[in-house]
Amino acid sequence: MRFAAGVDVGSTQTKAVVMEESAGIVGRALLDTGANVTRAAENAFHVACREARIDPRDVGFVVGTGYGRYKITFGNAQMTEISCHARGASYIFPNTRTVIDMGGQDAKAISIGADGQVLDFVMNDKCAAGTGRFLSNAADVMGITLDEVGPLSLEGTRPVKLTTVCTVFVESDILSYLSMGKKPPDILRGVHLAIAKRTISLARRVSLEPEITMTGGVARNLGMVQALEEVLETKLQISPEAHFMGAIGAALFALEKEDESFEATVWRQPVCET
Amino acid sequence: MQAPTEYRSQLHHRQKELMVKWYDRLNEAAETGNPPSVSMMISGNCVELLEGFDAVPIYPEINALQLAIRHQSLEPILLAEELGYAADNCAYVKADIGAYLKGITPAGGKLPKPTLVLCNFVGCNTYLKWFEHVAEFTGAPLYTLDVPFMRLDEPSVADIDYVVRQLKELVKLLEGLTGRKFDYDRFKQGVRCAARVEELWSNIKHLARTVPSPFDAYFDAITLMGPLYVYRAKPEGVEFFELALQELEEKVERGEGVNDTEKFRLVFEGPPPYPHFRTFRDMFAKWKACAVASTYSTVGGLWEFGARHDPEEPFESVALHMLAHNVTNRNYLQRYDQIKRYVEEWGADGVIIHFVKSCRLFSAGQGDMRDYFTKVLGVPTLYLESDLEDPRYFSEAQLRNRIDAYFEALEHQKMTTSSPQRHKDTKEFHN
Repeated sequence: MRFAAGVDVGSTQTKAVVMEESAGIVGRALLDTGANVTRAAENAFHVACREARIDPRDVGFVVGTGYGRYKITFGNAQMTEISCHARGASYIFPNTRTVIDMGGQDAKAISIGADGQVLDFVMNDKCAAGTGRFLSNAADVMGITLDEVGPLSLEGTRPVKLTTVCTVFVESDILSYLSMGKKPPDILRGVHLAIAKRTISLARRVSLEPEITMTGGVARNLGMVQALEEVLETKLQISPEAHFMGAIGAALFALEKEDESFEATVWRQPVCET
Repeated sequence: MQAPTEYRSQLHHRQKELMVKWYDRLNEAAETGNPPSVSMMISGNCVELLEGFDAVPIYPEINALQLAIRHQSLEPILLAEELGYAADNCAYVKADIGAYLKGITPAGGKLPKPTLVLCNFVGCNTYLKWFEHVAEFTGAPLYTLDVPFMRLDEPSVADIDYVVRQLKELVKLLEGLTGRKFDYDRFKQGVRCAARVEELWSNIKHLARTVPSPFDAYFDAITLMGPLYVYRAKPEGVEFFELALQELEEKVERGEGVNDTEKFRLVFEGPPPYPHFRTFRDMFAKWKACAVASTYSTVGGLWEFGARHDPEEPFESVALHMLAHNVTNRNYLQRYDQIKRYVEEWGADGVIIHFVKSCRLFSAGQGDMRDYFTKVLGVPTLYLESDLEDPRYFSEAQLRNRIDAYFEALEHQKMTTSSPQRHKDTKEFHN
């Protein structure tokens, strides 16, 4: 039994996955990142090990990913979440050619080859429009929880047109619509469509070759999935593990690195040590 | 993280001496009024012409970037913004204007009131306003030398004639302002020196075709660019570039590269983020990546492709350099072709585009450029965004993420496909 782990320290949440080479995913954890990145990574790793019913010392190799990857002091190597999301998406849906990842502060599109290799990628730059933070700000101003925004948006029949996709100024836009008597589901539907259009516009810069797999925490939001599918006019591949895709990719790299017989492959070589 | 190995040798010491000497001359001009000084733009500059008056160039861009690389650019930028310059204005302008008003100079000495503010706005229309402001604040006279953009592959006879007539008008103006008669022979001698420096510089750039490259044609090239623009028309410039070529040829003979191993060969487009120069360089050094060519190092001249000043036709060749032989005055398709040649002939693995937020001139259209290289030519291309002068637009975590992901993918690609052909024999390209 060989175990390996991937820990994805995102800007908002930390995800950990423990994998066993034949059984696949055997443990996972999801925690808020908070201010102490190293501790969040350790905690997530230990929770995932507990779920897998193994001792953390039985894990042969740990790959860290996400913005906090260099703070994972117990990790053996680091890779970017771009490589990891591509690897994870390709593992779950082997025909994936495009990955749309929406996280807390990132929106990215990755074009991948048949073997899961990254061909090209684009990300939002210096602006959190089109990310999970945009949705959480919308939820805050409307006095509802983040989990409610998606389902409520699906009830919208006459979506409003937002005048901004700025994560900060959207609050005043929403307040303005509320004061005009617009219904919250219609406002939220407008919010989701605005983000979807921006994200697809970003994704078009790489490619939108099918199959398209959505990853990241925002994939749990059904309202966003539907808005993206409406704008794209195609179905998205979404795994129940979408939120963990970066950690799964990291764990897959870790398994390969842990496996001595994998010496000859590319993934044995490249990871940059700190 | 491993510290990058950096090339430090005699030429670096000599470069420092030359640049200190230049600032000393500027200080002398500020103190005594002599020698005469002319503010100019780097791109397509006519430093050869100044030799005819024994005048010293002032390059506001070099002043601005020197402030940035010494982490002194923010204070003058903030002052300029207080005065009303917008956030999106060119940060070079804001740093230069702010530094002038605050009395900050890169080397600590004085900068003179220019004898003439010469707005040779080659490819950069921001200069029109920048130099108007310099003239306004300093009280120096302003001459705008209008250089038409390259609309076609080559400039027309009328374009060359138009610029030559302005250069001759400029000579008369400078004769009046300096009280000195234009020394045509010295001008010709300056052009002769420039042609020799250009030959040496071209040879240096072609050394980067060897594997491993003996120097980084982006980060190290910047060291050489100061003397290239200040001393090109002087014997000291010839001596300096002879020394540089000799040292780098010796490195080639010893098989020495920039890093202990050379894993990736890159072409860079766009100016570097000077306020975070070292951090940015380290992000590439960590991956053992070396720039083998860069467009930024051709803002003064495209000499590696054969262009040279001609002492037999000094005015015409200066005009040609302003019009056609520098990267910023050329059209975008020509820049595509330039980068494509670098990739193919210098054996590069990929292209890095550094978008400069406050420089629309250099950066507009780089999204299309990225698409062209990625989608049409299939060259792995990374698009990064920060600023050349304003330290506030450098998001280190975001940049590191993109750069690491780019190399992870490039590494995979290199190991699963054959590497591009590289040119080991550089001699055939030297002339």
